Amino acid sequence: MRIACLVKPVPDPEYYNRISIDPVRGILTRAGIPVVMNPTDRHALEEAIRIKEKMGGEVVIFSMAPDDAGGILKDGLAMGADEAYLLSDRAFAGADTLATSYTLAKAIEQFGPFDIILAGNESADGSTSQVPPQVGVWLSMPSLAGIIRMEYGESFRVWCDVEEGRVEYEVTPPVVFAVKRGINTPRYIGIKGIMAAKSKKVSIIRVGDISVDLDRIGLNGSPTRAGRIVVPDIGRKGETITGSPGEIAEGIIEGLRKAGVIKEGMI
Amino acid sequence: MDFKFSEEQEMLRRAVREFAEKEIAPHAAEWDEKDYCPVEVIKEMGELGFLGTIVPEEYGGTGMGYTARAVIIEEVSRYSAGLGIAVMTHSLVVAPILNYGTEEQKKKYLPKLATGEYIGGLASTEPSGGSDLVNQQTTAEFKDGKWVINGKKCFITNYDIADVTLLLTKTGVNEKGRPELTAFIVKKETPGFGIGHKEDKLGLRSSSTGDLNITDLKVGEEAVLGGRGEGQKIVLATIGEVGRSGMSAIGLGIIRGCLEEGLKFAKERELYGKPLTNLQAIQFMIAENRMYYEIGKLLTYRATTLKDEGVRCDVESSMAKLHNTEAAVKAAQRTIELMGGYGVINQYPVGRYLRDAMSTISAGGTSQIMEIVIGGDTIKNF
Repeated sequence: MRIACLVKPVPDPEYYNRISIDPVRGILTRAGIPVVMNPTDRHALEEAIRIKEKMGGEVVIFSMAPDDAGGILKDGLAMGADEAYLLSDRAFAGADTLATSYTLAKAIEQFGPFDIILAGNESADGSTSQVPPQVGVWLSMPSLAGIIRMEYGESFRVWCDVEEGRVEYEVTPPVVFAVKRGINTPRYIGIKGIMAAKSKKVSIIRVGDISVDLDRIGLNGSPTRAGRIVVPDIGRKGETITGSPGEIAEGIIEGLRKAGVIKEGMI
Repeated sequence: MDFKFSEEQEMLRRAVREFAEKEIAPHAAEWDEKDYCPVEVIKEMGELGFLGTIVPEEYGGTGMGYTARAVIIEEVSRYSAGLGIAVMTHSLVVAPILNYGTEEQKKKYLPKLATGEYIGGLASTEPSGGSDLVNQQTTAEFKDGKWVINGKKCFITNYDIADVTLLLTKTGVNEKGRPELTAFIVKKETPGFGIGHKEDKLGLRSSSTGDLNITDLKVGEEAVLGGRGEGQKIVLATIGEVGRSGMSAIGLGIIRGCLEEGLKFAKERELYGKPLTNLQAIQFMIAENRMYYEIGKLLTYRATTLKDEGVRCDVESSMAKLHNTEAAVKAAQRTIELMGGYGVINQYPVGRYLRDAMSTISAGGTSQIMEIVIGGDTIKNF
């Protein structure tokens, strides 16, 4: 079983209070904020390693990020992945989810074939959830997202969270899986893993190393344009409800109903 | 000079930090309050290889060395210096077995110590004092093919959780008329190994410290480490280079805790409508915490780098230990002052850091003993 795992470096969510918005340039300023492995991708990697441990095979990490993301990929190798490809080139910069998924898919195609592509359901920074299914489309592989539980044997049983419940699927590879954080508890990195990672390779892939249409990568291949970035006014207005406990409770329910939090028929 | 950690050492730091943030930080205050040594966390650290850095791969460790060990102790002590000293003390039986043990002893003990299946301890201090090591009252007599050990040890870290303890004894008088000291590797379940009174300590309360009452404990010749009469050399070398560099890493962890907690508080707390960090008086305190942290870091990792290179480093370890434990006390005191009234409220951890820091000063040799080591070397060699 060959498994490709998509890993994205993101600003450490612990430091989100230090991220600010530059309203003139319309971008996030994240200078000085440490970069970590996207938390859901870590769960995807854990699941990939568990599949490998049960069924044999190998886990290969793919990431599109600047060169300095190599440390994060090394951590992935220390967790138990076998190999990593870091797609790093100025030509890849400025990519939206379409160009990102195209570039990743082309690399996966080149170094494949893979039976399974595993990814976190969404990134902590962009949070679009678009890249995993788009990679599936580029590679003509079916995809499942919002996965909260998996069982594996000859076929894969997969439970996906949907808005009003949970759907159970039975699938056979090749397939793309996008997992949610509740699926597992990622292992800690131990010293044996760190020592083993010494002999594992992070290969840096430049634009010339993979066969891509230059009009589909980076800024050129990205039809998405952010129109405007604004900081919403989230100023709060307090309201005091007085009366007996029963009247206060009624007042709270009424307020929640007006705000649309409680809908008709819920209570 | 190369002041960089290797890629593996950086990876190790990230890995231990994550472990410490999730498994130690949330519980450290409760362990301190309940005076509880979390053996289960030490075991988990063993499974991750965090207890076997100084053990070569052939004996089940990873051979990453003393710098890696100090990185682990610093990261653990950042949140719980008590757990830090329990982890540190473990190596005080690992290192001597590695350095002075027979092949049989190494094969018997090191793989289990490296993975945390066994926890280790060192028992040399007696009620008569720790610094007066030569004046051992615990005796070992050779009778009917067995060594029979009797005596009392006190202030022994891991005294009740250690599966394997290195026990220092007096086995006679040498040809120069001086006490002949011999070290024995003793397992916890050996009859006569009595776990005694537990000390109620000021700080480092996530480690257990207490008495060992040794009564007619019998071991064979195979329990002698490094040969008869080698005990003083073994224990002094172990405390001097392994213990003191470990204590310096504990102090370093406490200083970083003070630096980070003080900085966090100063950024969040507003005074005159602005964060405390806008006040120069506060900046001075933060600057001092940062500077002492950086000095401590250089001293600690210089000593451990020398150790990894096989160079004698007892003086460097003593300087690191002296500086870091004293600087940790001052950093904690400074940070409490920075936080004003909040500094003395136990909801914040800095009061615990002060108690921990004060408790590191006597462990592994007092500040004055460090000065004697440093002064003696300076007068002779500088």
